[in-house]
Amino acid sequence: MKKIIVVGNGMVGFKFCEKLVNHPNRDQFEVLVFGEELRPAYDRVHLSEYFSLESADQLLLAPLNWYQENKILLQTSELISFIDTEAKKVFTHKNESYEYDYLILATGSSPFVPALKGVDKPGVFIYRTIEDLEAIQNYASKLKEKGRFNAAILGGGLLGLEAANATKELGMNTQVIEFAPRLMPRQLDQSGSDLLQSKIESLGLKIHLGKNSKEILGEDGIEQIEFTDGTSLQIDMLVISAGIRPRDELAVKSGIRTGERGGVIVNNKMETSDPSIYAIGEVALYNQNIYGLVAPGYEMAAVAVDQIMGGEKLMSPSIDMSTQLKLVGTEVASFGDPFIETEETTAIRYENKQRGIYKRINISKDGSKLLGGILVGDASDYNSLFQLYINGLKLPENAEDLILGQRGGEGKSSFGSAMDLPDTAQICSCESVNKGTICGAIQSGACSDLKEVIKQTKASSCCGGCKPMVVDLVNETLKSLGRTVKESICEHFDFSRQELFDLVKLNNTSGYDEALDTFGKGHGCEICKPVMASIFASIFMETANKQVAIQDSNDRFLANIQRNGTYSVVPRVAGGEITPEKLVVLGQVAKKYDLYTKITGGQRIDLFGAQLNELPLIWKELIDAGFESGHAYGKSLRTVKSCVGSTWCRFGMHDSVSFAIRIEERYKGLRSPHKLKGGVSGCIRECAEARGKDFGVIAVEGGWNLYVCGNGGATPKHAILLASQLDDDTCIKFLDRFLIYYIRTAAPLMRTAPWLEKLDGGIEYLKKVVVEDCLGMAEEFEKEMDGLVEKYACEWKEAIEDPEMMKRFRPFVNTEESDDQLVFVPLREQKMPKPW
Amino acid sequence: MEEIVSLYQTVNSEEVISWVRVGAVNDFPENAGACIRHNSRQIAVYHFARTDKWYACQNLCPHKMEMVISRGMIGDSQGIPKVACPIHKKTFSLEDGTNLNGEEYSIATYPVKIEAGNVYIGFGD
Ligand code: SRM
Ligand SMILES: Cc1cc2nc3c(=O)[nH]c(=O)nc-3n(C[C@H](O)[C@H](O)[C@H](O)COP(=O)(O)OP(=O)(O)OC[C@H]3O[C@@H](n4cnc5c(N)ncnc54)[C@H](O)[C@@H]3O)c2cc1C
Ligand code: SF4
Ligand code: FES
Repeated sequence: MKKIIVVGNGMVGFKFCEKLVNHPNRDQFEVLVFGEELRPAYDRVHLSEYFSLESADQLLLAPLNWYQENKILLQTSELISFIDTEAKKVFTHKNESYEYDYLILATGSSPFVPALKGVDKPGVFIYRTIEDLEAIQNYASKLKEKGRFNAAILGGGLLGLEAANATKELGMNTQVIEFAPRLMPRQLDQSGSDLLQSKIESLGLKIHLGKNSKEILGEDGIEQIEFTDGTSLQIDMLVISAGIRPRDELAVKSGIRTGERGGVIVNNKMETSDPSIYAIGEVALYNQNIYGLVAPGYEMAAVAVDQIMGGEKLMSPSIDMSTQLKLVGTEVASFGDPFIETEETTAIRYENKQRGIYKRINISKDGSKLLGGILVGDASDYNSLFQLYINGLKLPENAEDLILGQRGGEGKSSFGSAMDLPDTAQICSCESVNKGTICGAIQSGACSDLKEVIKQTKASSCCGGCKPMVVDLVNETLKSLGRTVKESICEHFDFSRQELFDLVKLNNTSGYDEALDTFGKGHGCEICKPVMASIFASIFMETANKQVAIQDSNDRFLANIQRNGTYSVVPRVAGGEITPEKLVVLGQVAKKYDLYTKITGGQRIDLFGAQLNELPLIWKELIDAGFESGHAYGKSLRTVKSCVGSTWCRFGMHDSVSFAIRIEERYKGLRSPHKLKGGVSGCIRECAEARGKDFGVIAVEGGWNLYVCGNGGATPKHAILLASQLDDDTCIKFLDRFLIYYIRTAAPLMRTAPWLEKLDGGIEYLKKVVVEDCLGMAEEFEKEMDGLVEKYACEWKEAIEDPEMMKRFRPFVNTEESDDQLVFVPLREQKMPKPW
Repeated sequence: MEEIVSLYQTVNSEEVISWVRVGAVNDFPENAGACIRHNSRQIAVYHFARTDKWYACQNLCPHKMEMVISRGMIGDSQGIPKVACPIHKKTFSLEDGTNLNGEEYSIATYPVKIEAGNVYIGFGD
């Protein structure tokens, strides 16, 4: 058996393994992989997500056992330090040697660190591996504890801006320092850069262009950076992202030919100067270029596998460097030749400073071909433009329609549908998957939905940029086969919750029966009734007393039913703040009705064991003392947990209790697809566990950071940063928008975290909706919330004041007696239901 | 426990020995359940206003032996009227008491008749 050794278990080294194990002749080879890093290959493209993930393992491209299952011997934390090309042996840093027949160099690259004086000071970082990010995170949190918040990024390219966003999300005031006169100099022209700059600056990041760094100063760690123009910046940490250098040191040492400015020279078979050694990925110098993107690396991996297997696959003569990214919440894309402007070409530009959009396309003089372009602020057309460019398709008559849309018409896109593309059109460039493969996966019956298609073809599994197009292709193909998948909530309504929401709103449907008659069938059930109740409540703010019969059983009795059929009573204690007088009342009521008493996990007090007929009596006493329903029984706002905050706590930055109370008072009674919980912490120590909530607010210098879509419970999820350094009113405004958008669009019983997971475009899209108002509905959302807040009424107060409603709490229609079947047993100094 | 379970046996209309008046039609909620007590039995009574049909069954949920079924939500499944227990949402047919989740236990049902605005439940004893 022949032996293949792969040096480097990064993204491209992994892709090589993956392609190899899928090859029919795989069994003719033994495969041994060495990786210097601690972990097996992970997704570097999504490295920045590390900060919001529970575990770095979520970034792994394949779990450890994948290697075992595929008979690949993987040795992590093992550096190869020398290759004896004569003896065909590699040596590890421990000086162990291994023989090979074929050697693959996939050693990637490392960040270029300029030889500045002081770069070795603590507080200077690079941005390439999980360990780098860990170090950045730790350092930032230490700084923050000391009240130091100034971070800078050296380099305003693609990775630099990504790093800038990351340090900003870590709560640092971030500035970007770029040597060139514009941002992303390889992808953007001056207008594009100007626009991106003003967008980024409006989000609180500072940009310094045309700055040549001279020296880094500081005592125990970095404190200042000086520039050659005599200016300087005070900073507490610096992340260097000034380009990449291929990691060719191993090749150099072993006598394999490298380029003048680095990189292992390869031909179009990926062969190096030594015919049994191949180089792929960011270490490979192909066409005198290093390609810092995964797509070319993946193509190289495919070529190398094919060559070793005796195939004839060659690397494409020219490499496409198109990119589409989201940087600091701004869409940016650049494709083909973004700058070309010659006799034979024309550039069409569209700029809208007010909306923060810049688009440029470069077309051939005769208007027939698209050669390249730039999109900033709105890259929604990227996929279509890219298709036109990469497949050399003929452009529509008025090429400007491509970026302006068809004016005067029905606003139909000028590209037509993704289905109009030829089968050979490459849809996913990372994995080189064409349209025919995607549609074929469905047509052949091999796959029946998007998930399966992604799994089988790998399309959109890498950077995800082509996902919208893959979704379209899958849906359209399914449709053409008459197989549309419909989300319907139950047998009575052939609609999704969102559709029902719209139907009720559009038809101004007055009640459940009318809904059944107009767009439902049958007589309803325990699934659709509460869903409709929630929709009516969210649209009209009607309390659970209005359409009693469709409420979930707990809402019908405005209390949580217990294991023995008794109920619990949970009054609202906004923000967890309660006066001694009110505490006394709770004690007295509990004592009078012999209720088991417990502090809940939501900072309030639960009184258990009330019988149905006692509920109104108990609530009357509580309401007289100033309490209100806590909606502990509803799919609605529960609590907004607070920590004590700046009023008492020595670390508190803002008054978290007052803000928690304000938020809880605003959203109390708000019904939603699932329960909603909030939290407000007075500083980053996060004692209110705000990031474990559907929405969490954390005090930072200059305002509040707003996090959304977290929860505890069965599948814990940390909330993700939506916006930072907000003042009180803006925070509330964003919350209004977020909540209404969630309430309108989530599936029944879907909490915010899984909702976000299903939301196309994820948190970035949510930011666009909430912060940037890309749907143009922010005002409507806020108004809608204002309307709901205004109509709030305590449903327990309603109930005890209306004799008709009180009837509901009678245990028996035909007698006034109470239920004598209940049995309690003693528990410490209280009681509990007799066990089942 | 055995004892309490054996109290509830389905009664078909032809087996009724006594019709007991349990209240006026207006005493019962529409499209929901309420409970009545007769001697040692608790019976859940449901008024399906949409079809103007009435059903009755034991209030005892056979799953965990709790007196709760009258407080469950009602509806239909493929046209069969049903109730879902408020505790764990097990569902039962109100026509014959069968467990619609395919589990073993079922509930006893009782005939209901409406006369002159009054509601009567038929017992076999
Ligand atoms: C009373 C309380 C436990 C306690 O004694 O502390 C409680 C009790 C119940 N929780 Fe809870 N949860 C309570 C705090 C929590 C917390 C902690 C918190 O809010 O900080 C969590 C985790 C945080 C979260 O929700 O993200 C929590 C996560 C759950 C879940 C899991 C939700 C999830 O998304 O995975 C459920 C099940 C569900 O809602 O579907 C649940 C459901 C329930 C229910 C309603 C189950 C039920 O349907 O009967 C329990 C009602 C008990 C009863 O008989 O009244 N409870 N529950 C707490 C009431 C807080 C309050 O003041 O309103
Ligand atoms: C933050 C960030 C964001 C990015 N975003 C994008 C993006 O949006 N789109 C895109 O296309 N690309 C992106 N990239 C680039 C992309 O990650 C790289 O192109 C890709 O990882 C290159 O793969 P590779 O296998 O060549 O190198 P790497 O992934 O770096 O893997 C090389 C591996 O080899 C190991 N190694 C090196 N020398 C040795 C040795 N002697 N012995 C053993 N092991 C060794 C290294 O430790 C490393 O683990 C991003 C990169 C970063 C850092
Ligand atoms: S954790 Fe389970 S048992 Fe405890 S209160 Fe919540 S739902 Fe009930
Ligand atoms: S007690 Fe009724 S379903 Fe469990």
